[in-house]
Amino acid sequence: MNNARGTWTLFTKECSRFMKVKTQTVLAPALTALLYMLVFRYAMNDRTVVGFNVDYITFLAPGLIMMSILQNAFANTASSLLTSKIMHVHVYLLMAPLTAFEVALAFLTAACLRSMLIALVLWLVFLQFMDVWPQHLFLSLYFMIMGSLIMGSLGFCCGIWAQKFDDMSLITNFVVLPLTFLSGVFYSTQQLPELWQTLNSYNPFYYLIDGFRYSVLGISESDPQQAIMISSISSIVAVCLSWFLWKKGWKLKT
Amino acid sequence: MINDNSIALQISNLFKVYGNQKKALDDVSLCIPEGSFYALLGPNGAGKSSLINILSDTSTATKGQITFFGKNLFTDKMWCKRRLGIVPQEAAFDPFFKVKEILHITAGLYGQKLETKWLDELLSRLQLDEHADKNARQLSGGMRRRLLIAQALVHKPPFIVLDEPTAGVDAELRRQLWSFVQELNQQGSTILLTTHYLEEAQMLCNKVAILNQGKIICEQNMQDMINVFAQRELVLQFNKPILEPQLADFKIQSDQKTMRITLNTEMSFHAAYSQAVQHYGEPCQVDIQQENLEDIFLRVTQ
Repeated sequence: MNNARGTWTLFTKECSRFMKVKTQTVLAPALTALLYMLVFRYAMNDRTVVGFNVDYITFLAPGLIMMSILQNAFANTASSLLTSKIMHVHVYLLMAPLTAFEVALAFLTAACLRSMLIALVLWLVFLQFMDVWPQHLFLSLYFMIMGSLIMGSLGFCCGIWAQKFDDMSLITNFVVLPLTFLSGVFYSTQQLPELWQTLNSYNPFYYLIDGFRYSVLGISESDPQQAIMISSISSIVAVCLSWFLWKKGWKLKT
Repeated sequence: MINDNSIALQISNLFKVYGNQKKALDDVSLCIPEGSFYALLGPNGAGKSSLINILSDTSTATKGQITFFGKNLFTDKMWCKRRLGIVPQEAAFDPFFKVKEILHITAGLYGQKLETKWLDELLSRLQLDEHADKNARQLSGGMRRRLLIAQALVHKPPFIVLDEPTAGVDAELRRQLWSFVQELNQQGSTILLTTHYLEEAQMLCNKVAILNQGKIICEQNMQDMINVFAQRELVLQFNKPILEPQLADFKIQSDQKTMRITLNTEMSFHAAYSQAVQHYGEPCQVDIQQENLEDIFLRVTQ
C-alpha cells in the first residue's frame, strides 16, 4: 500500500464524521426499523409467511436489518462525498498522496462500519421481540459486508456524479428505496405476480436479503450459493466502478 | 538561497483547454529553481489558478510536461504530492472538525504523524493557538486563511504554493506571515507565490513570471525584470513655466514648471539632461524615478 497511514486517517475521519452526528446516522435509522417492526407486529399479529413455516415478525427481522444496512451504507458514502464537493473540501483528498484504491477502501470500510453498527443496534433491539440467533454467523457477516460494499460503492459513485442534493434525492427515492422495498424485505416474493418474480431475479438486493435471511433463519427462496455468487460479483463490479471513477477524476477534476 | 544547478519545478509546453474550448494555458513553460521565492503574477483570468490546479491534481492538463524535483508530476504523482504543500485560494473546511483535528487529519492524509512541537509552532506562528479547539466554522476570514496555510505546511513540504495567501489578512498578520514564509524559504523551501499585492512580491521574491491570457509574457530574476522592463523618468523642476515643451529625441510630459522625460534602457540620462538644459536652461531640481513591479505589470499586461 502506498500510504497506509493516510488510508487509516481517511477511514477514521469518515467514522468520526458519522459518529459526530450519531443521532442522525445511527440512532435514527435504527428507530425507523424499530417502528416498522412495531407496526407490523401489531398489524400482522401471529400470521405466518406464505411458503415458510415461520411467523411474520421472525421473517421480517433479517429483512429489516439488511434493508438498514443497504440504505445506510449508501447514505454514508453518498452524503459524505456530495457534502465535500458542495463545500469544496474534496480538493484536499485530490491533493493528498492517496491512490484511488486507498480512497475507495477508506470510504467503503467506514460505510461498512456504520452499517454494522446499525445492524448491531437493531439486533439488540429485536432480541426484545423474539429469540433469534444467526444459524450461520459467518454467512451473516458475509452478506452484511457484501451489502455494505455494494451500496457503499453505489453511494460513492452517486456522490461523485451528483452536483446537488436534489440529484442525490432522485437516486435515493427513485432507485434505492424502491429496489430495497421490492426485494422481499416485507413479504415473500412468491406472493408476487410472475412478472415481478422474474424481474426480482435480476435484482441483486433480492439475493442479499434472501441470502441474509437464510444465514439467520435457515430459510430462503433462492439457492444460497447463487445468492453468494451474485452478491460477490455485484460487490466486485461496484467496488471496481468506485475505484475507476475516482481514478479518472470524473466530475471531480476540471 | 538559489542553487541554480537544481530545478524544483520545470513546466514545459503546458496547455489547458476547458470543455467550452476556453484556452486557459497556452504553451506555458517556466522553470523554478530549488530554494527560490518565485512570483507568478497575472491579472484575473490569466491562467494562474489553472496552473496551480494542475499542480495540485484537481485539474488535468490537456498537453505538456511537468517535472518536479526531477520526477514526472503526472506519472510519479504520489512521490510529488508528498513534497507539495498547496494553499488554495478558496478557504473551505470540513464543518465537522476543529482546527487541531483538521491539522492532524491533513498530516495523516500525507502519511505523517503530526508532532506536537511542529503543531504548536504552526499554531503559534500563524496565531491560531487560541483558536485550536474551535470549529473551523467559527473562525473569521483571516483566521481561515491562516488555517489554510497551516494545513499546507503541516507535512513540511519542500515546495510550497501560496495562491493569494494574504487576501483578507490584516497588515500586521501579513507582515508576520511573510516573515514566517521567508524563514521557510531561507531554510530551503521553494515558494511559488501568486498575489495581487505586487509590492509584497517585489519585496519577497527573487524570480518572477508574468502570465497573461494563458501565456507567459516574461520570466526573469526579479532585479533583472526591474532593470530590463522598468522605464525611468528624468524629472526636472524649473523656476519658470516651460514654453513649447518638446525635445527631439525624447518623449516628454510637462506640467507648468515640471518636465518628465521618459527614458528606456538604451537612452542616456546625460543626453536627455543636456538636451533639456540646452533648450530650457538649468533646472532647480533634478530627480530620477523608476517604475516598480506594479507599474511594469500594469503596462505589460495591458
